[in-house]
Amino acid sequence: MFDKTVKELGNALRRKEFSSVELTQAFLDRSKSLNGKINAFITFDEEQTLAQARAADETLLKGEPTHLTGIPIAHKDIWCAKDWITTCGSRMLENFRSPYNAHIIKRFNDFGAVIQGKTNMDEFAMGSSNETSWFGAVKNPWDLNRVPGGSSGGSAAAVAAGMTPASTGTDTGGSIRQPAALCGISGLKPTYGLVSRYGMIAFASSLDQGGPMAKSAEDLAILLEAMAGFDAKDSTSVNNKQVDYASSINASVAGLKIGIPKEYFSDHIAPDIQKAIELALKEYQKLGAILVDVELPTSPLSVAAYYVIAPAEASSNLSRFDGVRYGYRAPEYGDLNDMYAKTRAQGFGAEVKRRILIGTYVLSHGYYDAYYIKAQKIRRLISQDFMRAFQTCDVIMSPTTPSTAFKLGEKASDPVQMYLSDTFTIAANLAGLPAMSIPCGFDQTNLPIGLQLIGNYFDEAKMLATAHQFQRVTDWHLKKPPLTTA
Amino acid sequence: MEWETVIGIETHVQLSTQSKIFSGASTDVGAEPNAHACEVDLALPGVLPVLNREAVEKALRFGIATQATINQRSIFARKNYFYPDLPKGYQISQFEIPIIEGGSLTFRVGDVEKTINLTRAHLEEDAGKSLHEDFVGMSGIDLNRAGTPLLEIVTEPEMRSSSEAVEYAKTLHTLVRWIGICDGNMQEGNFRCDANVSVRRKGDNTLGTRREIKNLNSFRFLQQAIEYEARWQIEQIEDGLPIVQATVLFDPDSGETRLMRTKEDAHDYRYFPDPDLLPLIIDDDWLVTVRSSLPELPKSKAERYQAELALNGPDVASLVSTLEAASYFESALAEFDEQTIKPAAKLIANWMNGEVAAALNREQKDFSVCPVSPSSLSTLIKRILDNTLSTKLARLVFEELWGGALSVDDIIKEKGFTQMSDSGEIESYVDQVIAQNPQQVDDFKAGKEKALNSLVGQVMKLTKGKANPTQVNEILKAKLV
Repeated sequence: MFDKTVKELGNALRRKEFSSVELTQAFLDRSKSLNGKINAFITFDEEQTLAQARAADETLLKGEPTHLTGIPIAHKDIWCAKDWITTCGSRMLENFRSPYNAHIIKRFNDFGAVIQGKTNMDEFAMGSSNETSWFGAVKNPWDLNRVPGGSSGGSAAAVAAGMTPASTGTDTGGSIRQPAALCGISGLKPTYGLVSRYGMIAFASSLDQGGPMAKSAEDLAILLEAMAGFDAKDSTSVNNKQVDYASSINASVAGLKIGIPKEYFSDHIAPDIQKAIELALKEYQKLGAILVDVELPTSPLSVAAYYVIAPAEASSNLSRFDGVRYGYRAPEYGDLNDMYAKTRAQGFGAEVKRRILIGTYVLSHGYYDAYYIKAQKIRRLISQDFMRAFQTCDVIMSPTTPSTAFKLGEKASDPVQMYLSDTFTIAANLAGLPAMSIPCGFDQTNLPIGLQLIGNYFDEAKMLATAHQFQRVTDWHLKKPPLTTA
Repeated sequence: MEWETVIGIETHVQLSTQSKIFSGASTDVGAEPNAHACEVDLALPGVLPVLNREAVEKALRFGIATQATINQRSIFARKNYFYPDLPKGYQISQFEIPIIEGGSLTFRVGDVEKTINLTRAHLEEDAGKSLHEDFVGMSGIDLNRAGTPLLEIVTEPEMRSSSEAVEYAKTLHTLVRWIGICDGNMQEGNFRCDANVSVRRKGDNTLGTRREIKNLNSFRFLQQAIEYEARWQIEQIEDGLPIVQATVLFDPDSGETRLMRTKEDAHDYRYFPDPDLLPLIIDDDWLVTVRSSLPELPKSKAERYQAELALNGPDVASLVSTLEAASYFESALAEFDEQTIKPAAKLIANWMNGEVAAALNREQKDFSVCPVSPSSLSTLIKRILDNTLSTKLARLVFEELWGGALSVDDIIKEKGFTQMSDSGEIESYVDQVIAQNPQQVDDFKAGKEKALNSLVGQVMKLTKGKANPTQVNEILKAKLV
């Protein structure tokens, strides 16, 4: 049961092979017994979870079930879910119980899915290793001494370890794709504006985008159908026609033009990764795809531009955590300013404070033009690079990460090294393009390697089909980490 | 040494929308604290703003009414600072590209017409309220007002006296109510002014250092604050002391301004475009729709009344002081034809500014709820014009109308208020008066014109006001000359 995809579990539920309560209880039991090792979940709320499972069973019995009815799904703890503690990985929100539902939570509820729990993450989604969480680091199921990637590390590890059938994540600079690659699962960051951000605790509003994480591209398509769609409560939500991602998943890749950007195949990539990507591209050629060279000359500047724009927006987005209305407040303080200072000094971790400081600095009078405006110009150039590239190709492929999962603590004290682990993923966020990571091999130490696909705006259906064709002829996505429960 | 005061005004006009500028919560502030603060107003984690179209429309009305430039693409920006009644830690406002730039307002100060250029007007959200008195050792926060839409209207520093500033503010106050974008309630803080004041020696072309007086919510305070501040600044300079750029508060009790903060402790607001909101795009169709929905503006009406109806400046000024007064005037006037319209206009204006205004004042009402309908007033005016009623009788009829009576002609009939127009009847009263007042008759014959007035008065008294004074005058003259 724990090896099965969402699609398979959904079919089994509708065939009454087991009930949603049985399925959900099984996943709850397994994830609780593994959580001590992996720390993928921050919150379980068995009562709420099973209530939803019981309701789903009702629907399965006499209603009109969807693909997701009765399927337990783990949500990154960045999404507000009504009556659930929603921490965003921070002490600041350790006891914050959300009084409202994020748009996507409501959508999943409408589809009959079950909230299995809230997954661990880097604090306020700031991190690439899941080590900045107030609730402790997440361990990579493939090697418990290594990081799962971040910031959606809990969601990635939970799927990889068979603790949940599928999960949600959010991706500001690679936070879905990088952990998906490091944990050997599939993850999709949709086009900016496709999935509503309402109820997703903001890190960098112009870059943040929620998306699905699962065992297969096919599952991603099923989840995306629930997540995507216009939401009047998010002004940046795009009012496009609803797409049936699952039905177009079998589209052939024959004649598909795959763009290969030389900037993404530098010497910095680990040789094992280089090899795995080359083999994956050969596989695509066998399926009839054509490789074309494309240039993304501005992309080497993407990390620098990102670490101006994202902290700038974050410094403002995180101002609301002031100890006045909800969340953590320092137990002892003098005047108002002292309350602010102590609350934020104690409530936020080091990485969050670092980014608030960077963001405050780059927005300050006298520095704004040199940093923020300049970074926005680079951002435009990066988008233009991609638009030029997509005139000659349908999808761009590259490694998702320059290295496989690194050791816990290895980069924790060197922020720049940490930031560089997102070097291939950030450009898609700056341009607002859809991008995904799918498993495409293992290195010599049996750690998963991810293949990144970057598509044109709103080309998710084509990307999912492209990924699915690969998964039909390979079995990387079916590999399981060697885990024992309890 | 002659001094000149230089004043620029920033006005926060609360736009009278149903819901807040970025959330669906009600803008009604009369409720229990925080009853009208939804998840967006509380700045819960994860919430997002959505712009209220009605607020934009009201801003457009203002831009069109002041002949300003409407930026068809404007940007919302975040103004970042910490304060307990600012839930997000930033205020959504407009900074680099506001919705409205330029425009002007024209008004009279005494006999002089003055035009003040506007710099800009931008949309923003209001903050909540901190309640410092209600809790011992703590402050309360009421976020009902948080997110209420404001239009901040900024002038160029073109006013030169407190009275110009007050006339500007009054004209703006009239306009925003006239075009239906603000209820104008100053006590509630729905229309509040900040005055930037500096002084310089007459003839000097450079501006002095300004100090900004915050949150003046009455015209009287505006006047007092500017006068005090200008005097204070002049004294400082004359004593050889510098003016330091600062924000000050006006204390109505002492009549003085006091320092709030200097430029040194001013915030760096770290403005940047709000990534949660797309650029605000106004298409041509929207502008056309708003333009066509605007009522005729006070300035245009005033000019029209003067040109077409031959009314004088002061009469017109009060008729266009509110849209309600102007509408009342125009519906009363609608019942007259080309022949009678000018004298009727004059009479309606006199009555509206006289009897009607006095009665409304007495009961603290305005023209929108006037117990005497415009059509009743116009019937009354008709009866004056056709000599059925003297002014004195008309006043009595008006009293009846105010008391609830509906028909002017019924009142005239029932109360016997008809003016005496039979010249034979009047003649007999005239004869009587001539016989009883030989002295005045002699005086008049000796050339004292004033004596005639006294004789007319005697006749009017005898006829209990029912005689037509013009007719009495003519008959008297005919008999005495």
